Amino acid sequence: MIESTATELLALQAAGKASAAEIADAFLAAYRDREPKLKSFVSLDEAAVRAQAAAVDAKRKAGQPLGKLAGVPVAVKDVLCTKGVATTCSSKVLVNFVPPYDAHVVERLRAEDAVLFGKTNMDEFAMGSSTENSAFQVTRNPWDTARIPGGSSGGAAACVAGCQAPLSLGTDTGGSIRQPAALCGIVGIKPTYGRVSRYGLIAFASSLDQVGPFAHDVTDSALLLEAISGHDRRDSTCVNEPVPDYRKALNEPVKGLKIGVPREFFDKGLDGEVESAVRDALKEYQKQGAMLVDVSLPHSKYALAAYYIVAPAEASSNLARFDGMHYGHRTKEKTDLIGTYAKSRGEAFGKEVQRRIMIGTYVLSSGYADKYYHKALKVRRLVKKDYDDALAQCDVVMGPTTPTAAFRAGEKSDDPLAMYLSDVYTVSCNLAGIPGLSVPCGFTKTGLPIGLQLLGRPFDEEKLLRIARMYEAATDWHTRRPKV
Amino acid sequence: MSLTLDQVRKVATLARLELPEADLVRMQSQLSAILDYVAQLDELNTDGVEPLAHPLPLQNVFRPDVPVPSLSPDEALQNAPKREKGSDYFSVPAVFDTDEPVSH
Repeated sequence: MIESTATELLALQAAGKASAAEIADAFLAAYRDREPKLKSFVSLDEAAVRAQAAAVDAKRKAGQPLGKLAGVPVAVKDVLCTKGVATTCSSKVLVNFVPPYDAHVVERLRAEDAVLFGKTNMDEFAMGSSTENSAFQVTRNPWDTARIPGGSSGGAAACVAGCQAPLSLGTDTGGSIRQPAALCGIVGIKPTYGRVSRYGLIAFASSLDQVGPFAHDVTDSALLLEAISGHDRRDSTCVNEPVPDYRKALNEPVKGLKIGVPREFFDKGLDGEVESAVRDALKEYQKQGAMLVDVSLPHSKYALAAYYIVAPAEASSNLARFDGMHYGHRTKEKTDLIGTYAKSRGEAFGKEVQRRIMIGTYVLSSGYADKYYHKALKVRRLVKKDYDDALAQCDVVMGPTTPTAAFRAGEKSDDPLAMYLSDVYTVSCNLAGIPGLSVPCGFTKTGLPIGLQLLGRPFDEEKLLRIARMYEAATDWHTRRPKV
Repeated sequence: MSLTLDQVRKVATLARLELPEADLVRMQSQLSAILDYVAQLDELNTDGVEPLAHPLPLQNVFRPDVPVPSLSPDEALQNAPKREKGSDYFSVPAVFDTDEPVSH
């Protein structure tokens, strides 16, 4: 049961072969059994899970209409507000924070009768690429528990890959869904900026953040994306575009598919095994009649540098709200107002968050804003133009999601710059605001998953999913499950 | 581009972060390395390029001016580190030193 996809779980219930309560019990057992090894979750209320599942079964019994996620457990990254349930961002700052409202995407899950299945571990305030920056625990990769699951949505990725939940929601500011999806061997989507409401998402970098799904396969990803997409006026950047039925044409191959292959994504720094898995995936598309087009993203070499100015700049501003006045940690030491701010923030923020606040403050400070921040915004324009030009010649840009497979816990935790380089292929998508998807495309010799990244035109998720499904339908990587 | 310890201290003050001296010293080298890395943007000529702060071509999104329910005082105060006893106020340290005249 726990290795099933959400689509299979829906079918089991519709056929009367399993109840929502039985499904919940199976995943709760997997949670209890595997959590000591994986540490995917910050919190999980078993009684609340059972109550939600029982409510779905009661609704079904009464013949009431059911939502498209009825009885399916969905884990939620602990950066998304859940009414009455602690939302910590894996930070000491918010360790006791209980939101008085639900994030828009959480409302959507409830409206579709999903069973909210715990809050998942993450790098503190979504800053990191390994989930080692959590103030509470280090999540492990289900394929090799000596290794990290990626980040920042590491818990959300590990719980799906490790069959503790069939679906989860993460957030992606510079790769935080696609990178852990690749390293854990599952599908992850960063939707177009504005596709999904950010209301109730605790902000890291507001012009880059998006919420998106993790799932075992493309069909389940389409299902969850459909459930959370759509207009919400509480987020003024959430665009009022119709949400297509992403699953309707999912199995129809895209005719005359043109795939852009950017030479910059196959440059030095790319691991040989990752490269050959990605090249094999491109060959599979060719076999299906797709044409490969050589494209160039000439500014991609600068995207990471621009990102590590823009994201910390926005973070330093967003995280100014954590001053210990209205909620969050307040120092016990007696001092004046400014001292209370500074001590509270110095005591409770972790090292990486402090580093990013410092970088952001510096690049926005008087005398340096032009040199760093405004320069980075100009480079951001060039990065976006690269994608506009490339995607005018092809339907999709493809390459590796990450330069290497999952690295060992502790390997990069003392070297922030080395950690940042694991985002080298993912950050440009956020700068450009386009949708990106990672789909499993093989394993290393030592059994670690590899991800293929697909990047598309704004609001072209439907086609991106169809293209991903073309590859998935011809391979069986997505059916493999780790032995935990 | 390397930062001096004094610069790091000044940025920490601006950022309202009180940090132990050892952390400031560690940050000096880490921030310098990061700034060195991002300085590669200087290689690019960006004259005449319009800055892009936001990926969507959106401007001035309005909603109807209709009142909607908001949080109750109790909900708004439920996470307060300190609440003024028996009232609907957050309790915070004094903003002004009471011995000095308050100017407006």
